[in-house]
Amino acid sequence: MTPPTPSAAAPLEVTDETVEKSTTSDGSKGSESRSPGQLAWRRFKRDRTGVISAIIVILFFVAGLAAPLIAKIYGKDPYTTYGLSDPTLLGDNSYPVKPNGGIDSQFWFGVEPGLGRDVFTFLLYAIRNSLLISTAITILVMLVGVIIGVTAGYIGGKTDWLFGRVIDILLAFPQQLFFVAFTPVVLNLFVPANEDTPTTIVVISLITLLVVFGWASIARLLRGQVLALREREFIEAAKVTGASPARIIFKELLPNLWTPILIQGTLLLPTMVTTEAGLAFLNVGISDPTPDWGVMLGRAAQVYQDDITYLLFPGIAMVVFVLAFNLLGDSVRDALDPKTKR
Amino acid sequence: MSSTTPLLDVSGLTKHFPIKGGFPIRRTVGAVQAVDGLDFQVAEGESLGLVGESGCGKSTTGRLITRLLEPTAGKISYRGQDITHADRKGLAPIRSEIQMIFQDPYASLNPRHTVGKIISGPMEINGINPEGGREKRVRELLEIVGLNPEHFNRFPHEFSGGQRQRIGVARALALNPKLIVADEPVSALDVSIQAQVVNLLQKVQKELGIAFVFIAHDLAIVRHFSQRVAVMYLGKIVEIADREDLYENPRHPYTRALLSAVPEATVDAEPRERIRLTGDVPSPINPPSGCRFRTRCWKATEKCATEAPPLVQVEGNKPGHLTACHYPETEATIPAPRLSKDPEAAA
Repeated sequence: MTPPTPSAAAPLEVTDETVEKSTTSDGSKGSESRSPGQLAWRRFKRDRTGVISAIIVILFFVAGLAAPLIAKIYGKDPYTTYGLSDPTLLGDNSYPVKPNGGIDSQFWFGVEPGLGRDVFTFLLYAIRNSLLISTAITILVMLVGVIIGVTAGYIGGKTDWLFGRVIDILLAFPQQLFFVAFTPVVLNLFVPANEDTPTTIVVISLITLLVVFGWASIARLLRGQVLALREREFIEAAKVTGASPARIIFKELLPNLWTPILIQGTLLLPTMVTTEAGLAFLNVGISDPTPDWGVMLGRAAQVYQDDITYLLFPGIAMVVFVLAFNLLGDSVRDALDPKTKR
Repeated sequence: MSSTTPLLDVSGLTKHFPIKGGFPIRRTVGAVQAVDGLDFQVAEGESLGLVGESGCGKSTTGRLITRLLEPTAGKISYRGQDITHADRKGLAPIRSEIQMIFQDPYASLNPRHTVGKIISGPMEINGINPEGGREKRVRELLEIVGLNPEHFNRFPHEFSGGQRQRIGVARALALNPKLIVADEPVSALDVSIQAQVVNLLQKVQKELGIAFVFIAHDLAIVRHFSQRVAVMYLGKIVEIADREDLYENPRHPYTRALLSAVPEATVDAEPRERIRLTGDVPSPINPPSGCRFRTRCWKATEKCATEAPPLVQVEGNKPGHLTACHYPETEATIPAPRLSKDPEAAA
């Protein structure tokens, strides 16, 4: 799924297009040339699926970031138990009185069964929290993975061997099982078992665990890319002119690695969203009073037989988001690497 | 050759690539003897051609001179300064004087950089600020190599192979080098384009007085371009001579065989003698004892197997014509290949 030589791929496809262009415009306009990045952007704009997915993804991020603002305008917050203070909302069996999970002009997405919290703001904050955590994890994973992968690939030798074995071990772990087993252990390092764990500690340990176990595949991928690029003649050309290793890595190698980095990043984020939600669902991640996709789905799983609406909103929102982000990732890859034709 | 210190002096240059193997502890089990004891000099403004079959160590030699590879043994001096084991800092002042042109114009230019950035890169690295700014200098260089200076902001993928190689030449010229190692600069190009690039290099050599180490496997191009030619076989120089001497009076059997393999250009020419070498080039991991060419040589004797022939001026050679053979060819032993006397080929 990874492009073997993204650098070589882009020009090949593009040449006939530009040649065509330059023959029609007589090729005299030097300023009209486009970088590989600009060409990728043009290809991306032509991809309708990609553009729609991008819009959906952006909407999700805007909704998540603007959650406090939207909640303020909407006039509710995700923590207040409206159902307990207003007896007309929830019936005796603690399920919403109104049909469809209590959807009305006051509560757009209905009321939560049991505590009677507002589903709309809860979902907004859940998106916000999930996306913030997943984005943080993705950025850190990419950062660690790129640094270790590029270093191992460029230096080679013993360093490469050492990192290679560490990566082997990390990839051999059953990760989900490990998260479930180890999160309480990590939490206990910070907080005694008999006390309540503050949410920030949970978030930090969650991010740490996922980053520690997430960087390996990215590092391995980039190591391979660097190994291939390192032998290319333009690297030798830079060495002949006396370029320092830092310059070679940052100025010569890295511009050629943006393609795999970007592609992996866009494919990693939705995975992290689902992983994070999965952990919350299994009660090892974020836990109840904090709004979270996984928390919502976990709660909905308990009540779905009587109140399916409560499951639908977080469920559909998550499916739409993950699907859109994955399609976006595919489109980004197609745009950056025109050689992979489906 | 002048009697002053040569620009580049290579003696006993050796590069062995270790072969690692074994389990569980990896150790060196052998070595690919890519280059094994080369001696040659390059004078200022001179062009030395380096020819030989694939895998004979030509490119390795080029990479050793530019110090992309660390020599196993031997000595490389540039203007009397020993650069054999100099590190990056030690090489810094010399980097700008020895430049390289690469074989594959599709791999030697960073696809993510504009032409301007590629050509100004060497100046940036070496902190050179030419008069009027780097951009002006880049435009000048583009003009020298016959490209439109307005193409400054274009990317390599917008150029053809020949144009890309011109960009590579411009990059090599950016630092005003004294010596350019050209590693098969035209073998990846169309025949029609090869001539253009070779002529460009020749113009550069004559006008700017740059010395060249010109690595190629095409004898005709080397003959066109180089004043002196060295023939390599399995990591050793078997013969080195001035151009006319080598092409008209080859003394080493291998040189003769190579020259006889050049295709005939005229259809109705008399069929000339063609020396067919049998067998393959032996492996450089385990080269033959004595003379390395003996396994394919029709004149090999016991002596060739036991004693490696030194690279010397054998009897009947002009000064500067060195041959490593116990039984050098003469006009009498075998009729000289017609090519060397072909007036058209000499043109």
